[in-house]
Amino acid sequence: MTTGSARSVTQPAAIAQSATSRGLPWFLGDVSVITGRNLRRLMRVPTLVAFATVQPVLFVLLFTYVFGGAIHPPGVDRYVDFLLPGIFVLAIAFGASQTGVAIADDLATGMIDRFRSLPMTRSAVLAGRTVADAVRNLFVLLLMTGVGYLIGFRFHAGAAAALAAIGLALLIGVAFSWINALIGLLVHDAETAGLAGLMPVIVLTFTSSTFVPVATMPGWLQAFAKVNPVTVTVDALRALVLGGPTAEHVSQALAWLVGLLMVTVPAAVLRYRRTTAG
Amino acid sequence: MTDRAIVAEGLVKRFGAVDALDGVDLQVPAGAVLGLLGPNGAGKTTVVRILTTLLRPDAGRARVAGCDVVRQPAAVRRRIGLSGQYAAVDPYLTGRENLQMIGRLSGLGRGSARRRARELLDTFELTSAADRVLRGYSGGMRRRLDVAASLVARPSVLFLDEPTTGLDPRGRIGLWQTIAELTAQGATVLLTTQYLEEADQFADNIVVLDTGRMIATGTSDELKAQVGGDRLELRTAPGVDPAALAATVADLGSGPPVVDADEGTVVLPVVDGPSVLGDAVARLGAADLRVTDVALRRPSLDDVFLALTGQSATAVGSDLAETGSRR
Repeated sequence: MTTGSARSVTQPAAIAQSATSRGLPWFLGDVSVITGRNLRRLMRVPTLVAFATVQPVLFVLLFTYVFGGAIHPPGVDRYVDFLLPGIFVLAIAFGASQTGVAIADDLATGMIDRFRSLPMTRSAVLAGRTVADAVRNLFVLLLMTGVGYLIGFRFHAGAAAALAAIGLALLIGVAFSWINALIGLLVHDAETAGLAGLMPVIVLTFTSSTFVPVATMPGWLQAFAKVNPVTVTVDALRALVLGGPTAEHVSQALAWLVGLLMVTVPAAVLRYRRTTAG
Repeated sequence: MTDRAIVAEGLVKRFGAVDALDGVDLQVPAGAVLGLLGPNGAGKTTVVRILTTLLRPDAGRARVAGCDVVRQPAAVRRRIGLSGQYAAVDPYLTGRENLQMIGRLSGLGRGSARRRARELLDTFELTSAADRVLRGYSGGMRRRLDVAASLVARPSVLFLDEPTTGLDPRGRIGLWQTIAELTAQGATVLLTTQYLEEADQFADNIVVLDTGRMIATGTSDELKAQVGGDRLELRTAPGVDPAALAATVADLGSGPPVVDADEGTVVLPVVDGPSVLGDAVARLGAADLRVTDVALRRPSLDDVFLALTGQSATAVGSDLAETGSRR
């Protein structure tokens, strides 16, 4: 219309210029902003604080003292050494269900619509969430290890294996986060997302080597428990904690996790691009 | 740069068996305000979603700020601001954190995002609450912050979906002032509303939507001429026949009177309200027809629909999923 209107559109054009130079720095910038948002929420939402602090500690103490007297896995002196790798996975999986809840909530409240209307990287909302989850998981792992140490837990295979165990546990967390992000995008409803995230975890955990050696289960269940991804990942963590041969367990676990990520990451990003509040 | 900020041609969108949009054409010159008027389910939000790249049309084309919404969505997003129907702000962040986050994600540097947040908090009178988490905000404050968030990147085209929902009168006035300032600087605004008054006050042009179709378009004066100016509303005293009342005043109106026998009301479209009011009262006195209420009011959306479609807006605006777009 007037020449005055032409002037004001030069301002957003300056932003547009920087946005066209896409690429990795742009992506990382967006991811770090979203990570920051989620970490702030982690510290301000009471249920999230509980999921990150009280629950993991309760898991360690409850399962150690309730099951510890009855279960004596062969070749392990203290049940807590056997249990803790399993509890790592359990606590991380429970915590990850909150990612589905948060994403479904963002959809319902129009947050995702807002993000999708911004010139930001398409996958940053999900990636930033999973990075924030990884930071929380690191805290949760250190907290559980600390509490474990107080009641007799020890890493038996040296510092490198201990670090590898923490690293593998974090990778397990990343896989769980993406699974739950996908669930949140698919179900559109926070409560359903929470339930859909937890139910499989509960079933898979109790039919795995998390609490008891698979050899103690009936034959038909053993067949399932042996291929259960929770068993595979818990066994790999356990090998890194207790010592002994690790290569086979760890490579199996990595194969599972990479396979899961190769499916869930593209599926979730694709879903995110298409989805919109309802 | 084209001088039309928004151009849409033949937009069609179906959700299952429902035609959410059935051929919508829009043209908004740069710097103008378009009011998209219609009841719930008319397709207003669907239009906004398509123009803001959130939804792909099943047919038709649209360009926003010169960029095609389907083929150049990223370019469109760099030029638009959106404030949706719900206040889409993070309840666990402070007002300042919310605006800074949007700024960073819009491509502003850390410093610029901080400055812009401060400016907008000031403009929307949220400075004193800037560092409080949003859970402590009132609905109106959240709504203001949401509108502020849509302005962070100084968009050249702004989409406001029912922006005054949840705002108190003061908030509304503040929002209108902001919109006026923006358009004075050359920004283009598309706003949706259910209230004719609202569209009347600010929109240069109004498009009336009804179940996905455009049923009228024009300036608010043109629209009101079609609708027939003001409404004279008479309520009969008990025992008085509303039909007789209607017959007595019928020739004063610019259109036929509408009689609601159950309610005992007669609504007459009139052009020169105040003078008709005097005549009508005089005639009723002469004919000894008693009324309990006489009112002169502006036409409502309901009247517009009545005039344009022969159906009332509430009957038309069934429970169609206005926002629907799940899968």
